[in-house]
Amino acid sequence: MTTLAPATEAELVEAVASANAAGRSLELLGRGSKRAMGRPLQVEATLDLSRFSGVVAYEPNELLLTAGPATPLAEIEALLAGAGQALAFEPPDFGPLLGAAAGAGSLGGAIAVNLAGPRRFKAGAARDHLLGFKAVTGGGARFKSGGRVVKNVTGYDLSKLIAGSWGTLAAMTELTVKVLPAGETLRTLVLLGLDAVEGGLAMTAALLSSCEVSGAAWLPAAQARALRIDPVAAPGSSVTALRLEGPEPSVLARLATLRSLLPKTPPQLVLEPESSRPFWRAVADARGFVGDSRPLWRLTLTPTSGPQVLHALELPEEDTFLDWGGGLLWVTADRSEALLPRLEAALSRHGGAATLVRGPAALRASVHQLPSQPPALLALAKRVKAGFDPKGVFNPGRIYAGI
Amino acid sequence: MALKMPAPDEAMLARRQEIAARLRAIVPGEGVIDSLEELRAYETDALTAYRQVPLLVVLPETTAQVAAVLRYCHDQKLKVVPRGAGTSLSGGALPLADGIVLGLSKFNRILEVDLDNRCAVVQPGVTNLAISQAVEHAGFHYAPDPSSQIACTIGGNVAENAGGVHCLKYGVTTNNLLGLEAVLTDGTVLRVGGKHNDGGGYDWLGLLTGSEGLLAVVTEVTVRLLRKPETARALLLGFPSSEAAGACVGAVIAAGIIPGGMEMMDRPAIHAAEAFAHAGYPLDVEALLIVELDGTAVEVDHLLQQVQAIAEREGAVFCRASQGEAERLRFWAGRKAAFPAVGRISPDYLCMDGTIPRKALPQVLHRMREMEREFGLRVANVFHAGDGNLHPLILFDANDPDELDRAERFGAAILRLCVEVGGVLTGEHGVGVEKRDLMGTMFDETDLAVQQRLKCAFDPEGLLNPGKVFPVLHRCAELGRMHVRGGRLAFPDLPRF
Repeated sequence: MTTLAPATEAELVEAVASANAAGRSLELLGRGSKRAMGRPLQVEATLDLSRFSGVVAYEPNELLLTAGPATPLAEIEALLAGAGQALAFEPPDFGPLLGAAAGAGSLGGAIAVNLAGPRRFKAGAARDHLLGFKAVTGGGARFKSGGRVVKNVTGYDLSKLIAGSWGTLAAMTELTVKVLPAGETLRTLVLLGLDAVEGGLAMTAALLSSCEVSGAAWLPAAQARALRIDPVAAPGSSVTALRLEGPEPSVLARLATLRSLLPKTPPQLVLEPESSRPFWRAVADARGFVGDSRPLWRLTLTPTSGPQVLHALELPEEDTFLDWGGGLLWVTADRSEALLPRLEAALSRHGGAATLVRGPAALRASVHQLPSQPPALLALAKRVKAGFDPKGVFNPGRIYAGI
Repeated sequence: MALKMPAPDEAMLARRQEIAARLRAIVPGEGVIDSLEELRAYETDALTAYRQVPLLVVLPETTAQVAAVLRYCHDQKLKVVPRGAGTSLSGGALPLADGIVLGLSKFNRILEVDLDNRCAVVQPGVTNLAISQAVEHAGFHYAPDPSSQIACTIGGNVAENAGGVHCLKYGVTTNNLLGLEAVLTDGTVLRVGGKHNDGGGYDWLGLLTGSEGLLAVVTEVTVRLLRKPETARALLLGFPSSEAAGACVGAVIAAGIIPGGMEMMDRPAIHAAEAFAHAGYPLDVEALLIVELDGTAVEVDHLLQQVQAIAEREGAVFCRASQGEAERLRFWAGRKAAFPAVGRISPDYLCMDGTIPRKALPQVLHRMREMEREFGLRVANVFHAGDGNLHPLILFDANDPDELDRAERFGAAILRLCVEVGGVLTGEHGVGVEKRDLMGTMFDETDLAVQQRLKCAFDPEGLLNPGKVFPVLHRCAELGRMHVRGGRLAFPDLPRF
């Protein structure tokens, strides 16, 4: 298959305009770390955007970073860490889950699929941190939106639309994101041996407290073991983990308050910063599912319904875990034909949505997301797509069949 | 009024009685207002320089009625201006002579408070403050707190993506929503999001938020609730120059501290506020910072010491930490009264709303002093310093038409300056009609065409809030035909309206 690899905006515009004129469809590719996610593409050429890479400007005091979309996240995270800052949405790395290398993702990829890590309920997702961008429409028009300031309501908030659009609307050429101070230190309070329902109740209690919890996950024993982080893997029991971040005296004071709030009966552990950091990284990346090839689903739910949906799916506990205080449920199952009806029933009863993160191409083509979109939203998606990309040049069908 | 709105459709004006009757069949009783006397109450919003009595006002009570009204208007090609409490500072709810105002004031119920899931489902006419009050007993609040929160509605907040003094730490409206019910111009009812995050597909929730009533009419909102900080303390810091105050703000952020609020006032604003509110502000400084730290008591005391040390290093000549809640509120009373205080020293004022990179503050303030001489008007500045959102208040007398004209030109010059130094036209008030004609200073024609195509996807007839946000009216069919090559658009010069 042909690969186009423009090096400049002008070359990109030319490549897109000629594809548009010829009605030729293109796969947009940054670093390719998420190629195995989402609906598979059938396109005539690849538009390799990897040359739109590199940090253009980093202004720590303005809380801003501007970079090409193909800039490796690893490069950005290292740069920010040097100034005590971070991307607060903690972009997960799904590479290893998808059988690829770790650390291969780009900033543009994280934005395009709207990633979010365990801090989601406190700090938001990628969408909440994209302040502005430059891009080229499927029709070959160069445009910009948003700005290079942290607060802006000038015009429609296209940053929100582009984040999570999986490259179906425009080819991004430059992104400006909000960066924030990284928490000075952290601790993780771990309750051992709770089942999913008890873990859910403990997480809710912690999130209702004034302890400013910034991570709340429940992992069954097998998942906890698979993370291979010593103090958590060793006991061989389920783990309910609660993260506290901030200045040291504040973290310790909140830790004491949180311990006093929660039941004393299950044994408690405290993870120090050096084991807390890799633990939450592993939770973000769903590391417990690496090395497995079964279809993997990510369900976003009303937090208190997490444990109920988990039970309704009738899966072995070790094939699930909860993050976001119950608002994110990961599940894997080899027999999708058995899981799908239960998944649909659970979502229709409890609300929420499911995305297939990993699966064979045929399955990804038939069910990328559940529940299926209502006709009015599909019609709207079609009209919006046509406004940006009238001939369907960019990533056709990547999110919605036929759009 | 210098502002030009689309020319009214005479045929529509002539059908007023018939339209009123048809709307009464959808919203019976007092839900349709047609007497001139009562319509006057809707002729303006908080941007009172512009006024227009609408054709009619409709106040539906149910989503079904909203859908039916919109469907009728769609069939008749009748323009619709949605309205919450009418507190917009950018003229977002300015009526049209040949269009109806669709008021959401009867959607005033809190439908559900779900503390376990830290959210509430509310109707759009509920005021911002009422949401926080409804959950206060449990120690929760809805974080975005625009200064008009006692009156402004959550529906209006969604339309404008409202901010507030605490948004650097807690986010603006769009970061604090989970779901919406909204009605398209053809009457289609959409439900997006829910009590969960990130449901996949295009981010309709994010796109509708801040769309200034041009894409859909919001009929239900699910907001995120946050635990109120256990405690809060404020520091009052005086500096001999705005440069020093600006450097202090940068140093606080560089130290990894994101305060709950960080406000700056310049000398004219300090003097006006102190005379009005007696907040205890020092009068011999050029710039005053209020830095509020919130969280657990241990964290607040810890950070307060750090910020005090930073302020001393940056040359603060006045420093006072609030001792107790009464004093903290007094520090804020001055800042919160800044607008009415300025209103007392000047018959009228225009409140501008640009955002600038913080490092450009000294340059912007310096240029503004020069402009004061150029336009022969004074300006007082209040500034959400943490996020670079500047509110220059231009003092003038509206009874003098020349002063109004100079004030408007001064305002436009300030906003152009904001864009010139790398900032934007509006940080939280919206474009509305106020900044509409300046959109071209920030966006080129392609940028605007991309946005207008989005408008066409939602409202192909251009019936929802026309005349707002975009300076040039294009028919959707023309946008579709526009020839695009090499990033440049070639299209005929359409008249400005």
